[in-house]
This record gives sequence, C-alpha cells and structure tokens, in this order.
Amino acid sequence: MPEKTFEPWNDPTEKPLIEFKGVSKRFGSFTAIDNQTFDIYAKEFFALLGPSGCGKTTMMRMLAGFEAPTEGHILLGGQDMAPIPPNKRQVNMMFQSYALFPHLSVWENIAFGLKRDGKDKATIAARVDAMLKLTRLEKFSQRKPHQISGGQRQRVALARSLAKAPKLLLLDEPLGALDAKLRQETQFELMDIQEKTGTTFVIVTHDQEEAMTVASRVAVMDDGRIVQVDTPDRIYENPNSTYVADFIGDVTILEGRVTPVDGGFDLAFAEDQPAIYAKSSQHLASGQTAYLAIRPEKVSVTPEKPADRRNVIRGKILDIAYLGNLSTYHVALPGGQIIKAQTANTRRLANRPFTWEDEVWLSWTDTAAVLLER
Amino acid sequence: MRRALLIVVPYLWLLALFLVPFVIVLKIALSDYNLSIPPYSPQYDPSSGWQGLRDMFAAFDFENFVFLTEDDLYWKAYLSSLQIALISTLLSLLVGYPIAYAMARAPEQWRPTLMMLVILPFWTSFLIRVYAWKGILSTEGYLNQLLLGLGAIEQPLTILNTDTAVYIGIVYTYLPFMILPIYAALDKMDGSLLEAAEDLGCSRLSAFWLVTVPLSRNGIIAGSFLVFIPAVGEFVIPALLGGSDTLMIGKVLYEEFFNNRDWPVASAVAVILLLILVIPIVLFQRNQQKQRELDG
Ligand SMILES: Nc1ncnc2c1ncn2[C@@H]1O[C@H](COP(=O)(O)OP(=O)(O)OP(=O)(O)O)[C@@H](O)[C@H]1O
Ligand SMILES: [Mg+2]
Repeated sequence: MPEKTFEPWNDPTEKPLIEFKGVSKRFGSFTAIDNQTFDIYAKEFFALLGPSGCGKTTMMRMLAGFEAPTEGHILLGGQDMAPIPPNKRQVNMMFQSYALFPHLSVWENIAFGLKRDGKDKATIAARVDAMLKLTRLEKFSQRKPHQISGGQRQRVALARSLAKAPKLLLLDEPLGALDAKLRQETQFELMDIQEKTGTTFVIVTHDQEEAMTVASRVAVMDDGRIVQVDTPDRIYENPNSTYVADFIGDVTILEGRVTPVDGGFDLAFAEDQPAIYAKSSQHLASGQTAYLAIRPEKVSVTPEKPADRRNVIRGKILDIAYLGNLSTYHVALPGGQIIKAQTANTRRLANRPFTWEDEVWLSWTDTAAVLLER
Repeated sequence: MRRALLIVVPYLWLLALFLVPFVIVLKIALSDYNLSIPPYSPQYDPSSGWQGLRDMFAAFDFENFVFLTEDDLYWKAYLSSLQIALISTLLSLLVGYPIAYAMARAPEQWRPTLMMLVILPFWTSFLIRVYAWKGILSTEGYLNQLLLGLGAIEQPLTILNTDTAVYIGIVYTYLPFMILPIYAALDKMDGSLLEAAEDLGCSRLSAFWLVTVPLSRNGIIAGSFLVFIPAVGEFVIPALLGGSDTLMIGKVLYEEFFNNRDWPVASAVAVILLLILVIPIVLFQRNQQKQRELDG
C-alpha cells in the first residue's frame, strides 16, 4: 500500500516524472484528447479511469511514443519526448490487445525485449524465469500464444512488459480477462512489484474498484478530458462533479435549489419534502441549482423515525439487492425519487427486518452528503 | 453416406485428371520406340484378352529410363531447369515481397484496386503476353530504344534469346503467385505487433526481420513453391524468349515428342520430372496444412 506520507503532488519542490503540457490529440477533425495539463510523479501508481472511448488508450500511446500530440508537449524527466522514438524510450507498454508474437513461445515472448538489450544468456534466462514465476506461467513457457487461455495470454503480456524493468510502465487494462480471485492477487502483486522496483505505473482500467485498490492517484476521464485527479479516498468522498460521483461507486443524486444556512445549505429537492441539509464550504448563491450526492452506505434505514438527525425522509422499499455481505435498498419517496441505502448483513437473511413495500425512514448526518455545483 | 460422397468426389477427380493420365504416360515410358501410329509398342489390343495383357506387361522394360542416364543432355537439362527455376523463384521473391508489403500497408480503400492490378494480366492470354516481351526485349525493342534514347547505353543490349530473357519471362509470368500468398499473410498481421516490438527496443528494421518476416514465412513458402513448381517444367517461356543454349527440360520434352517423335523417351522424361517435383509438392502441401492449423 502506498504510505500515507507518499504525496509528491502536494510537495512543490518535487519534480514530476511526466508532465503533460496543454496536450491535445486530434484524429482528423475528431478530438480524442482535449488540451490536457497534468503531472505524474515518480513511483506513482497512476490510474486512468473512464468510459469506453474517452481517450485512455490514446493517452498511453502518446506516452509510449506511438502517437505524437497534435498540440502541446509531453515531458519525461524534464525532457521533451517528441523527438524520441518508442524503442529509445525507457517506457514499456502492455497492450490492450496483448500484441503477443504468435510465432514465438511464451518464454521467447518474455525474453524478446531483454534480447534486444544485448544482455547475456544467463541474465536473460534468470530474468525470464523470474517473470514466469511471478505470473505463474512456468508450466506454459514452451507453448505458443494460441495454445494458452485468454487470461494466461494477458499474464504473458504483463510479464513481457515487466521484464525490462522500465522506468515507466504503461498497463492498458492489464487484468480485464482474469477471474476475480486471480485479478485481486495480481493487483496486490503489481503493487508489490511497484514497491520493490520503484517503477512508475500508469494503469488504464474500466474497473473503478481496481483503480481504487491499486492507485496512488486516480484520474477520472470523460470525453478526452480529465475531470478530476485525486487520491482514491478523495475521489470517492469529495468528487468535484456529479459525473465523478456517479462514475465512482454507487450514489444517489438529488437536484434542487439551495439556501445558505448554518455553514452549509438547505436543498429543496421536491415540493412535498422537507429541505435536506448538508454542511459545505462551497460558495453557492441562494436559489442556485445544485446537486446533492450521497453514498448508499451513509444512509441508514430504520423502521422508526430517528429523533437525532436533521435529514430524515420517509419512503417505501421498492427493491432489495442482496450482495452477500451487503444489501442495497432502493427506497422510493412519495414524489417518485429513489434513494439508495446500504446496510451490512450482520444477521442471517431470515432475520432481516425489512422486506418489499415496507415503509421505512431514511436518515443521514449533516456531513454525509456532498453538495456539487454541476 | 453424404460424408462418403464428399470424400469420393475429390478422389474421383484426382483419379480422372491425374492418375489415369499418369498411368498412360508411364505405360508409354515403359514401351519401345516403333515406326507405327502411335509410335510405340507394345499396343494393347482388347480383343486379345487376358493373354494379350500378360504379353504387354512382359514387353515392358526400363530401357528409356536407362537411356536418360546415358546421354548427359537429360540430367544437364534437369539440373539447368532446377537452377533456372530456383533463381527465378528467388528473383520473384525479391520483387514480389516489397510489392505485397506495399499492398498490405496501402490505405484500405486502395487495396482492391491494387489487387486488381496484380490479377489483371491473367485477363489476356499467357502466350500473347510472352510474345509481347519479345517486342520489348529484342535488339530493336522498346527497352533498347528507350535506353538508347535516354543515352544510358551506346549499343543495344542483347537480352532476347538469352537466359536473362527467360528469367524476366518467368518472374513476370509467375509474380502474382508470389505476391498473393505473401500479401494474404501480411494482411492478416496485427499492426500492434510491430508497435510491441518497437516498444521492446527494436528499430523499425529489426522489427521487420524479427516479426514481419517470420509471420509472413508461410506466405513466402507457399509463393515460392507456386513459382518454383511450374517454372521447373516451363516450356513456352524458354522456347520463345530463351536462346538455343538455354537448356530446360520442358524444351527437351517438347523436342523429343514433336521433333524426334520418340514418345517413349519423352514420356520417361515426363515421369522423372514428375518424380522430381513430388518432393516440393509434398513440402508445399505440408506448409499449407500447417498454415491451416495455425489459422484454425
Ligand atoms: N487512429 C485513430 N483514428 C481515429 N480515431 C481514433 C484513433 N484512435 C482512437 N480514436 C478515437 O479516439 C477516441 C479515444 O480512443 P481510445 O482508444 O483512447 O479510447 P479508450 O478510452 O482507450 O477506450 P476503451 O476503454 O474502449 O479502450 C475514440 O473515440 C476512438 O474512436
Ligand atoms: Mg483503450
């Protein structure tokens, strides 16, 4: 786990390893990356998260050197990367399509980059064997890529990109084809490698949980733009927009007009409901439209009206999603809005107090919800 | 039942178009030259029945094959054919690979047109196209006129009626058979493999040798056999473009048949040619099989 003190982005004396400076990438008239400026620091585990087609792979390809930015500059260690071809960059990439050499065995695939460096045979063999062990592919070392499963292929691709121990490792959806258990193990393995080698990782993923687990910082992308870059906990607890709040994890978003009160705001979101209150340091004008984002696990469900909370709403259970350790309730308010609430299943299913159509009370604290401008 | 039919049909085809003619040629090769029509004996007379068949087999011998080893014209012609075919194959590869490569790299919308251009020559008769080369290569031909006009040469080059003209003719004629399988292999190749190779430290050139060439290997092998096999027995090209000293077995075969009217020796030449070609044909089939396994 990255330690709490690892926060180079908060240290003004720290020089970033990678700097994007006003980088745009256009394919014809289509803008895939739109004027992005951000930094990635050495030893970071930087996750790019976003929906399909938002430009994650394009971002990686520019770092690897396969695409040149249409505008702006990418600096690696303070040096402009534009004139440096991919084979001269100390960057290795794991391709989304794996791009394994079909005519070479697993072993030879992993050894490919090492051989290009002109290392001696014994060094190469030792390194390849270490990679095989790491990715648990020892048994398959002599097979060709078409003779192994999709998940095994993904691990070969991972091993091949790790083999050269590059300064910067780009992983494009490295774990997508793995089953949940192997995926989790590999995630921890990656973090372990990262810690041991001090390599900087940039990882692309569709899976927000994966991003939250492995990353030192997460960049949430939308349509060629990074919407927010922050640590996983801040992305989750303090999203800067409803887009981020909605993209990361489960959330209920209520829209309404705000009135400032008591170092926060009252949000009137429905005619027949009392306003709900959230503490916030945002500067919002009275009467302005705003959004309240609240995570399901911060909403409690009770059969009786709780006396001690400011935000209390009555509703009817519409749906229950049983997730094993958790249950998510979809509670409908009289006005039709639905609020999600989540409780831990500490008791057996049969003893659960609520069922469909039950009238319940939802409540949350003043600081549980985040007020957002857009 | 349907499966049996599916298997039987190709075998019948093979029987009718390969085995039956081969047996006929083999029979003539085992016979003796004779001034008769047709010019060999024994002839099988169906009315003579079982005994006639026995007599015919008794009259068969390997004289003609022995004769082929005695006159060094024949083995020289075989060797020279193999050599010309081999060199032509290498030249076709040298010319064909870059063309196939450029086709596979061309923008998507261009490819059908390029493919069309490669196949287009097949729309006119092979014979006419080879004749056309006479007009291009002769001493007063277009090529010499052009080179003289440009001042590149003082004296016209003698190309026609030399081995060079034969190489040009064979490479020209069989080039599409080299290009198409290589193009098919290169077209299938995933472009990200080259990026991966570069990412791992290859220059463009070494990525070509380490990735592109091995991945088009089966196309190269297929194309080479498709050029080599027909080139060995080629007759028309050496006859029209080659000189009197161009020695190729196809020409020898023709002369035995039509000038000497010695059908048995000509048949023996043909049988040996086939036996020589069985090896590359089997290798070719094996390559295709392997390719199918890789694809499948
Ligand atoms: N070579 C190209 N020519 C034209 N458009 C392209 C090209 N490469 C990418 N694009 C477009 O740029 C956008 C971003 O593509 P990119 O591959 O970066 O998406 P992504 O975020 O990696 O998506 P996914 O999660 O599906 O992999 C897409 O809309 C894509 O169609
Ligand atoms: Mg992608």
